[in-house]
Amino acid sequence: MFFASVRLTVYTLVILAVTSIIGTVILQNGSPQQYVNLYGQGLYNLIQVLQIDDMYHAWWYLLLLLLLCINIVVCSVERLSKTWKIIFPDKIKVNPKRFLSAKNKESFETEKDLEPLCAEYEALLSKRIGKVIRQEAEGSVVLYAEKGRWTRLGVYVVHASVILLLAGALIGALFGFKASLRLDEGETADTVFDSKTRMPIKLPFAIQCNEFEVRFYDTGAPEEFRSNLTVIEGGQESFTRDIRVNQPLRYKGINVFQSSYGTASPNEAVFQITDNITQDVITQTIKKGQAVDLPGNMGTFKFEGFLPHFDFRGHNLGEAFFGRMTLAEGKNFQIGLPTKFPTFDKMRKGRFTVVVKDFDQAYYTGLQVTKDPGVWYVYAGFIFMIVGCWVTFFISHQSVCIGLETSMSNAGSTSGPVRVWVAGKANRNAHGMTLKIRKLATILKDI
Amino acid sequence: MNSSLLLSAATFIYALASVFYIGSFSFKKQVLAKLGFWVIVIGFIANTSGILLRWMESYQMGYGHAPFSNMYESLVFFSWTVAALYIFVEIKYRESIIGVFVSPLIFLAIAYASFDPSISSKISPLIPALKSNWLIAHVITCFLGYAGFALAFGFSFIYFVKPRDPNATSIFAKLPDWEIIDELTYQMIVFGFLFLTIGIITGSVWANSAWGKYWSWDPKETWSLITWFIYAIFLHLRLMRGWHGAKLALVSIFGFFCVLFTYFGVNYLLSGLHSYG
Ligand code: HEM
Repeated sequence: MFFASVRLTVYTLVILAVTSIIGTVILQNGSPQQYVNLYGQGLYNLIQVLQIDDMYHAWWYLLLLLLLCINIVVCSVERLSKTWKIIFPDKIKVNPKRFLSAKNKESFETEKDLEPLCAEYEALLSKRIGKVIRQEAEGSVVLYAEKGRWTRLGVYVVHASVILLLAGALIGALFGFKASLRLDEGETADTVFDSKTRMPIKLPFAIQCNEFEVRFYDTGAPEEFRSNLTVIEGGQESFTRDIRVNQPLRYKGINVFQSSYGTASPNEAVFQITDNITQDVITQTIKKGQAVDLPGNMGTFKFEGFLPHFDFRGHNLGEAFFGRMTLAEGKNFQIGLPTKFPTFDKMRKGRFTVVVKDFDQAYYTGLQVTKDPGVWYVYAGFIFMIVGCWVTFFISHQSVCIGLETSMSNAGSTSGPVRVWVAGKANRNAHGMTLKIRKLATILKDI
Repeated sequence: MNSSLLLSAATFIYALASVFYIGSFSFKKQVLAKLGFWVIVIGFIANTSGILLRWMESYQMGYGHAPFSNMYESLVFFSWTVAALYIFVEIKYRESIIGVFVSPLIFLAIAYASFDPSISSKISPLIPALKSNWLIAHVITCFLGYAGFALAFGFSFIYFVKPRDPNATSIFAKLPDWEIIDELTYQMIVFGFLFLTIGIITGSVWANSAWGKYWSWDPKETWSLITWFIYAIFLHLRLMRGWHGAKLALVSIFGFFCVLFTYFGVNYLLSGLHSYG
């Protein structure tokens, strides 16, 4: 049947491997403009039709994954229904003939008596392998033991884990979200914005950022990002926690991760205003939106706000305060005060020069807020996959058979030289079995 | 004595081992291969001490992290895992001559770490995202996986050089029996596959604890998945479709090229979250 064939598995895996490359070379989740610039309009149309701009979620890629699932399920059901009886038989049947042709068979002769030999071998076999089944025929005894029959189920565990992983991913995609949240120090929010759709999502609690701190090594590389957050529920503070990269906050199914940071606009700063004619100076703390009188009541200066990137004649001068000068004579204009260049305003050569003397650097913290109810299925899948692989590869169904035959010359008697052979079978790792039989044979000889 | 000195010593010792192994082939002298093995063991001891010393030095410098945090350290560790696995295989299977296909790989990786000027051997502090115990688990398991595939890759060449004629007398006729070669390659791939699987899984758990997403189709992640697919194909071809011999060896060689691309190609040609191998 088509869906049960391993040929289908191989073809699907090959197609998945090859097509997965596309997403690592072609830009993912870019804007239409980026695609047109990079690949031209013609190719962009093709990219859109095949959803290559988000190819790991494209219909055809998901279809391939679905095909894998169907393949695994159909194949497992079909094979298990046939092999269940073999894996869990009511009674184990011993067929010594199967072992006679085994490549690893070893044989030797011994002068010991059959019965005591049998007893010793049986004890050894039951200790090393498992419960011994004894079959007797005229002048000969066969001892059989096996272990690890259940390990034949390992491969089904592996395959089930693949399904579990994909199911978990699907649950996450359907019922989870990934969003980002920017909080200035001191700010509180209970609504985040989905990373893809930008739609607002209301959280079951509010998050307040009390403080953000970044620390650097001597080399200038960042050492640690830390946000101190308080969770607020129903207007009440619930608890306060630090989060760092690799140490998220997990609460009520919502995870809050430290992902970025930046400087927030300060709410107040100390300004120094100099009248260049009278040399009068005033130094005053001004709140954002507030205005103060210029020296000699010549007008007002208003602190209007803060820019992360101040553009001055095409140059980015970095962070800057900006304010509005309203002169008594009626003139009214805006000035910028980049924090990196304290004396910048002197260059304007106006009557009044404004300098920012001091301000508290405030930060905002960039948080990633996620919810993924599928993650437990994925983690369960991880564990099943590791355990299943381990069982499949490193534990096998092993059976060992020892045959003891008295020589036929003195038929009817059980004394005289006994011919012994020992052989084993394993469903995997034939070499390991060969080594095992070789070792067993040397031990048996010495008994 | 500092770690760089020890690791340079390890590089030259591994080079010597390769010379012995190749010599044993050229002059048909088994004894040279035996010597090569002991030289690898010495190189491995130097390699191990170098890594441990570097670990201690990082604590002395106040950074205090395991030496798995940049390209240089990862290459040194790659040599270490391949050497460790090879020593284990040689002791278990007692086939010293196959080292000829592996010793150059061990040498090349560590030599590349030391001699490529774009790879810095400086001990530098960890950026916040790398500060996680999952990093150690992730790196160790991934590299054990790579080591398994590297050995399988080395052994796969035997399929193309060993004469089919059992009476052949060429230097390659000394190579082990077909059955053993087959078994060895398969065991190495199984080992590699198990650890690559665990490596991908630990990486994914780590990503989930650092960024809140266990899988984000970053190029390195995607390429490790592609590699995983290739070796899964290998396993199914062998176990269910009865492939073996040179045909299957080609899949193993191809798989190792995917490993190399995942390891190096992604860093140099594509961009993403992973700052190093
Ligand atoms: C990636 C998705 C996978 C798919 C689509 C897949 C599919 C299949 C199918 C359809 C079969 C034949 C039917 C059967 O025996 O149940 C099979 C067999 C097998 N698979 Fe997979 N498989 C996958 C992953 C794996 C992995 C990761 C392993 C690693 C342990 C694995 C190991 C095996 C083994 C050992 C067999 C042979 C079973 C036997 O000897 O009875 N498979 N696989």
